[in-house]
Amino acid sequence: MNIVVVLKQTFDTEEKIVIQNGQISEDGVEFIINPYDEYAVEEAIKLKEERGGEVTVISVGPDRAESALRTALAMGADKAVLVDDESLFGDEFTIAKVLAAVAKKIGFDIIIGGQMAVDSGAGQGGPRLAEELGINHVSTAVKLEVDGTNVRVERDVEGDLEVVETSLPVLITAQQGLNEPRYPSLPGIMKAKKKPLDRLGADDLGITADEVKAKTEIVDQTLPPKKQAGRILSGELAAQTSELVQLLRNEAKVI
Amino acid sequence: MKKVLVLAEVRDGQLRNVSLEALTAAQALAEGGEIVAGVFGADAATHAVTLGHHGASTVYTADHTALAQYTPDAYVQALTQLIELASPDAVVLGHTAIGRDIAPRVAARLGYGLVSDVTSVEAGPVFVRPIYAGKATQTRKFVDGTIFITIRPNNIAIGAADPTKTAVVVPVELEIKDLRTIVKEVVRKTSGKVDLSEAKVVISGGRGVKSAEGFQPLYDLAEVLGAAVGASRGACDADYCDYSMQIGQTGKVVTPDLYIACGISGAIQHLAGMSSSKVIVAINKDPEAPIFQVADYGIVGDLFEVLPLLTAEFKKVLV
Repeated sequence: MNIVVVLKQTFDTEEKIVIQNGQISEDGVEFIINPYDEYAVEEAIKLKEERGGEVTVISVGPDRAESALRTALAMGADKAVLVDDESLFGDEFTIAKVLAAVAKKIGFDIIIGGQMAVDSGAGQGGPRLAEELGINHVSTAVKLEVDGTNVRVERDVEGDLEVVETSLPVLITAQQGLNEPRYPSLPGIMKAKKKPLDRLGADDLGITADEVKAKTEIVDQTLPPKKQAGRILSGELAAQTSELVQLLRNEAKVI
Repeated sequence: MKKVLVLAEVRDGQLRNVSLEALTAAQALAEGGEIVAGVFGADAATHAVTLGHHGASTVYTADHTALAQYTPDAYVQALTQLIELASPDAVVLGHTAIGRDIAPRVAARLGYGLVSDVTSVEAGPVFVRPIYAGKATQTRKFVDGTIFITIRPNNIAIGAADPTKTAVVVPVELEIKDLRTIVKEVVRKTSGKVDLSEAKVVISGGRGVKSAEGFQPLYDLAEVLGAAVGASRGACDADYCDYSMQIGQTGKVVTPDLYIACGISGAIQHLAGMSSSKVIVAINKDPEAPIFQVADYGIVGDLFEVLPLLTAEFKKVLV
């Protein structure tokens, strides 16, 4: 089975955001595989272990994204593709078109990705990519079973659980709870250094920057206003809770 | 003047609040132009009055067996046909499970851009949206094609209803075919509970809750306040509760009027998911816990002592 994982390298979720001249500063920032994409990598490797095949991890991003792809290779993926051609960077419209060109080039039976990236938070990648490829998608999966070409997915729908059946080829987006991603082993890390990682650009993919030109632009990026430190209540606990209820009713007026 | 299409969403027979918020956003986008709404399902027409009061001049209703149970194929085809029929300048959906599932697909099908998870529509139009789960804010604009946005529930205040306004109901025939997904079963884990993303009050527990049973005092308070119950990653990782309750940069982002954090230390990844709440109350044994730095009101104490007292106090004033 030809398993493709789409992943994005993101800031570690414990990082604070610093903005300089409208740009988010990357100085000293720790990068990780987007946590939802990490579930996708794990699920792909599990699927390969159960049903055989090959796992290819693909990403569109700057040079530094190689380390996220290498981590996925160290976890057990077989090969990687990085589109680091800046003329193909843009908005969600752009990225989906570029990923679709990569997926068509390498072929796929199933594509797995995170349900969203924790940086942009847009969550457009999966459904857009499936549409570009003309295949079905099932989002926010918490359980995935593949038997032949039959696919059974349990998905999280705003806290409810929906059980759906579909068939290959399909794109699945991973929700938290799908699995527990493994840590790369030391031999895995050593092997990953030698696994193939192709860097592709517009010419390799047969697309032009013009046809994938972004439909939207970022106007500005700012930090939210800093919150004033609040009031720590004091006294007997019973008096504190009574005071809190009064404050919420009369001062904050939220109850 | 622009024509704006809103896809309204019905859940358990009720119009979702976010659909009325979408109509308010549509008014800002229309600049005096026309607002039309679409509703799917057998009883779609029953919601036309409310949609009319909130600014829709036309309500397209579509009743099709394939729309009774949500599948992306059916809903994508339905919304695409609705857009082709209405040919709007802008399309607005809620950033709900359905909205976030179909909007990107419809956008790709029609070659549109899409700005997701919008919290405010400003002049331009420019769209405000949180990034890094609210650690920063981004503004976006369209440079090409139809405007298409999904709006985050609970952020755009619903405009006043005008009972003199009515909508024309237009039933539409949709062609839906080649469905590739079969829904076998829906397990309602949230029935009777308040939805986290739309809740006005959220009470959430962290590692300090200590066990699954430890969530009981949170549920007791939630019942009195009509609140939803959430959790930190620590509580979810420790198996005290389901991941669907997780609030944070991984998990849900919530912006209720009141957020009560119980036994939550306040890791950066959790703060990202709740610090835009209007009023934050922190209850924690550790006076040094970072959660107190974002809290409007704090009580230093054991949540198992504080919560029963607090529940009793609220009962006194609310019941």
